[in-house]
Amino acid sequence: MKNLKTNGSKDPLGLFSSPPVDQVGITERAKRFTTRSLKTDCKSDGLRMILSMIDLTTLEGADTPRKVRQLCYKAEHLHDSIPDLPSTAAVCVYPTLVKVAKDALSESSTVKIASVATAFPAGQGHLDHKLEETRRAVEDGADEIDMVISRGKFLSGDYAYVSDEIAQVKEACQGARLKVILETGELGTLDAVRRASDIAIRSGADFIKTSTGKISPAATLPITLVMLLAIRDHYFATGEMIGMKPAGGISKSKLALQYLLMVKETLGDAWLDNEWFRFGASSLANDVLMQVAKQEEGVYQAAQYFSKD
Amino acid sequence: MKRLEVLKTYKLYIGGEFPRTESGRYYTPTGRNDAQLGNICLSSRKDFRNAVVAARSAVGGWAGRSAFNRSQILYRIGEMLEGRKAQFVDELYRQGVSQAAAKKEVEEAIDICVYYAGWCDKYQQVFSAVNPVASSHFNFSVYEPVGVVAAIAPESSGLSGVISTVMPIIAGGNSCVLLASEKRPLCSITLGEVLATSDLPGGVVNILTGNREELFSNIISHKDVNALVASDLSDVDRASAQTESVHNLKRLILHKDELLGAESPYLILDTQEVKTTWHPIEASIAGGGKY
Repeated sequence: MKNLKTNGSKDPLGLFSSPPVDQVGITERAKRFTTRSLKTDCKSDGLRMILSMIDLTTLEGADTPRKVRQLCYKAEHLHDSIPDLPSTAAVCVYPTLVKVAKDALSESSTVKIASVATAFPAGQGHLDHKLEETRRAVEDGADEIDMVISRGKFLSGDYAYVSDEIAQVKEACQGARLKVILETGELGTLDAVRRASDIAIRSGADFIKTSTGKISPAATLPITLVMLLAIRDHYFATGEMIGMKPAGGISKSKLALQYLLMVKETLGDAWLDNEWFRFGASSLANDVLMQVAKQEEGVYQAAQYFSKD
Repeated sequence: MKRLEVLKTYKLYIGGEFPRTESGRYYTPTGRNDAQLGNICLSSRKDFRNAVVAARSAVGGWAGRSAFNRSQILYRIGEMLEGRKAQFVDELYRQGVSQAAAKKEVEEAIDICVYYAGWCDKYQQVFSAVNPVASSHFNFSVYEPVGVVAAIAPESSGLSGVISTVMPIIAGGNSCVLLASEKRPLCSITLGEVLATSDLPGGVVNILTGNREELFSNIISHKDVNALVASDLSDVDRASAQTESVHNLKRLILHKDELLGAESPYLILDTQEVKTTWHPIEASIAGGGKY
């Protein structure tokens, strides 16, 4: 048992130990959120809140400057025929396209620029390159950095490396907010998710984020719940708030509303704000817009009446 | 001891699967001698919405198949119907049709499948056109499927009304959401079981059962439905179809008479739209100007 807990000699002091996760309990609890139903005004407010929490994302090898400009326009003008819609929280792009996004967003825009960094999505790169990449993204104008942890190191038990790396990237962020992607689809167990969450939080993460979106499974309700509990425990211990960003696989507004419920009932109303909770998604926005339009107009909508993203 | 017969619960057919209605509601229509036909799902507007989502995601792949392949699959539907002839005859009989008439109706339905299987790869070349224009261009008019078509099966029909409504729609590459007859739903649902085993991709045909009055306003106002095919609508429903369909300029094909056993390629064209395209003729191809 001792070996399991501290993973051999690599963590003799137990610095990186985390409370065990009750997998059955978590799954049951998460499942209960899927049976809930939000209606009328509550649903309407929830949908608008989801829109304001979206990190509108394009992370493809085929991304071009025009694609990013289009994305930025969409972030600021979700659907102009419905008045008073919020803009999305941020756009999320590759580091090379941060400058393009900076130019494309208007001066007064509230939309932030998030850039992935640190050899996204695999994280298999040299540390000095990762730090350089981070610094340049921030210098180009990124407000937020989405880094990936070194899963290879984590899985082989080298938690100190993972922790140090996060701390150094945090330093390279020079004040930009740091989101740490755990890539839970590669971690295997909920225990590992909890441990990775704790390591990220203690090493300076402003946000913890489930996935890159490149691996399946991506974000799920149970995994997100485990991460939310890590955030809650940290808050109770230190009074410090940490943000949460589930990403990948959330493309339907119904599911997104269930996430909001889970956040509200796990962390409280303070987290129901795009300062502390985000959705990493690309197709979610249009689905939410279709629901909002359905509520406004009273008839079911078709995708063809909404801009592509 | 007398055996208690199990009353079948008929399920919906959406996206290639057989879910129960999301609403959890059922009704029990009666047939010959007031015998119960089965527990039939009373679909809600959300079932309709789900069916449209399934139909929309299926239509690209279905329209993109080669016409010949669509033809093969429609023929396969006919084959599968033939294999289940006895079941359909029995269901029609339970719904009040005489044995002889039921047998005739099922055979007619199979023939309709074969008929439209034949037209799949022929209506294009018969009805498309190369139009004369006054410049060095080709000008084609070709038929393309409108997309997602909602169909309301005639209330009085058993099988042939359903088949002659659905077949021309899918022969032309559309996907279809069918609302079965409320009083005589058995054949429509069993048709779903046939379709599921006949190579037709899931979502191309989706079958709902339930109350027409309840679903009608949702069917007609849904912006992701491109056309509506129906025959026995009341005058009030016709009028509301005309007004409500303006949300997305839905095409309305409201037949005056029921489509019982109807066979005509023009029924395929009902759910097609004509696209005209210009293409320049290069001088070298056109014979260096001496064309």
